[in-house]
Amino acid sequence: MDFSALSPVALIVSLMVAATPILLAAIGELVVEKSGVLNLGVEGMMIIGAICGFIVAVETGSPWLGFLAAMAGGAAISFIFAILTQYMLTNQVATGLALTLFGLGFAALLGHSYAGIKPPKFGKLDIPFISDIPVIGELVFSHDYMIYISLAIIAGVWYFLTRTRGGLVLRAAGENHDAAHALGYKVIRIRIMAILFGGAMAGLGGAYLSLVRVPQWTEGMTAGAGWIALALVVFASWKPWRIILGAYLFGGITVLQLNLQAAGANIPVAYLSMTPYLVTIIVLVIMSADKKRASLNAPACLGRIFHASN
Amino acid sequence: MKLFKTLLAGAAIAVGLTGAASAGEKLKVGFIYVGPTGDFGWSYEHDQGRLAIEAALGDKVETTYVESVPESADSERVMTQMALSGTDLIFATSFNYMDHVLNVAKKFPNVKFEHATGFKRADNVSTYSARFYEGRTVIGHIAGNMTETNTIGYIASYPIPEVIRGINSAYIAAKKVNPDVKMKIVWVFSWFDPGKEADAATALISQGADIIMQHTDSPAAMTIAEEKGIYAFGQASDMAQFGPNARLSAIIDNWGPYYVARAQAAIDGTWTSTDTWDGIKPGMVGIGAFSDKIPADVQASATAIKDALSAGTMHSFTGPLNKQDGSVWLKDGETADDGTLAGMNFYVEGIDGEVPQ
Repeated sequence: MDFSALSPVALIVSLMVAATPILLAAIGELVVEKSGVLNLGVEGMMIIGAICGFIVAVETGSPWLGFLAAMAGGAAISFIFAILTQYMLTNQVATGLALTLFGLGFAALLGHSYAGIKPPKFGKLDIPFISDIPVIGELVFSHDYMIYISLAIIAGVWYFLTRTRGGLVLRAAGENHDAAHALGYKVIRIRIMAILFGGAMAGLGGAYLSLVRVPQWTEGMTAGAGWIALALVVFASWKPWRIILGAYLFGGITVLQLNLQAAGANIPVAYLSMTPYLVTIIVLVIMSADKKRASLNAPACLGRIFHASN
Repeated sequence: MKLFKTLLAGAAIAVGLTGAASAGEKLKVGFIYVGPTGDFGWSYEHDQGRLAIEAALGDKVETTYVESVPESADSERVMTQMALSGTDLIFATSFNYMDHVLNVAKKFPNVKFEHATGFKRADNVSTYSARFYEGRTVIGHIAGNMTETNTIGYIASYPIPEVIRGINSAYIAAKKVNPDVKMKIVWVFSWFDPGKEADAATALISQGADIIMQHTDSPAAMTIAEEKGIYAFGQASDMAQFGPNARLSAIIDNWGPYYVARAQAAIDGTWTSTDTWDGIKPGMVGIGAFSDKIPADVQASATAIKDALSAGTMHSFTGPLNKQDGSVWLKDGETADDGTLAGMNFYVEGIDGEVPQ
């Protein structure tokens, strides 16, 4: 075994890259669930974002426009979900699953002629001298821009949900939609906006996959990342900062086990790959065992259809 | 409940009718793939084989396929559905469909099944595979010559005999030309997960690998190799478009001729359960064009190896070879028999690490 080849700095940098797609998708889904909607279509929205971002980045040569297009694409497909569940009152679980299936198929159709193309390179932070400082420079000052943006989004969502009036209203809709409605808040409108935000974030996460992490377009390339993002929201018990912890843990375990294998460590890979899911199940068990805590965290109206009767 | 039963009976009759109607006319051929047909790797090449059937047999056949079928009980449902809707010949194109194929085959004795890379057969189940390890010998030879860090990175999928055979074959060939060569192996436990495959390539490169081989289905590793300025080999497909500078050569699966022959046999009524394992010679395993990054002398020696494998004058596993624990596997000049190869579950001497259980 050769541990000298394992560089902790390189490990951390690559775990951040591996974690960013699920981090973005999860923070979007967190806002959606906080408003009382369960959208299981994260995987579908991610892959739509991945292909929309890829197409626009390739056609315009600008990854930034690609990321914007990915947000628009993700939001557009989530709008279908919003119309179906909020106006037509369809079952959210079934609609979300349908959204995933539709997204995977539609993305394959859109991306048919884009396989094997190289996307334009996305820039990295490079501050003269500071980015060259050993260890610190590499750890803090020389990631690609989207990593900083993803962390800023987490901070922004935390601030919005806990420190602003808008966040309070959104949470009210998720906790008790009848009460929020009685107070005169437009529950449906709030939820649609949350769903659109969730779609945009999932799209952004998908585009990070196709423009930075892999970077290429292949059908079905999200390969289950959307489901991990869904598990992450539960893991984080609907708290924004814990999304970072969860995402870096998920990403970290993936990257660490691959690196340990490359270093020749004899580790039980299958067990290590299972751990994040096991932890999620344990979190779920703890939450449901303790009713008081569960009621503090999970939005009370999660997944329930709201229909104004008067 | 009663309504449900009526509906079910109605559906069964409808299925029966379509089955009878199509029986006399066209041969219906169904395919199930483990990944998307657009993976530009494994499933893509099987789909090329399906298209070859259509091109060769025209209106005598009708083909269908289902992609991204998990290697679980889901595959049983898909195959049952195919059999119920009158499919005559079903190709199941991934190793772990094996037991599911046999289960479905038992229920539909009149439907013919072809299972790729498996080893369990029945009267209506054939198996077929390609001797990919012959291709690994050629690219292992190139890798052994080209590596400057003496470290080859290998992205492996599942610890099944086919994958272990590939690792051994590549290592033996690389070691022959470069006694110092080391092979770093990473198991990703997936056939198709571009994100994870890319992470695995990054991990291997950061630990000194300057040539990447893979036994997974997507071109993600090729893309990373291109980005980091190192070398890689196309897997299952040529993959040249993903790594114009990185790609040295490729192992290309060519299923078309076999698929056409089997469909023709089913039409003629001469189809029987067989076990096919073809290599470079019949063209089931193709070697992609050599990159001009490979020095001329290495190109020549690699071509010589390819020709010798094709002519049968050389075998990828020729003694003296020891197993990893140092015990003798093959004596000088002895070659491995197909039975041992088909069930290979050990590394040869010199490879570090253990086969995951």
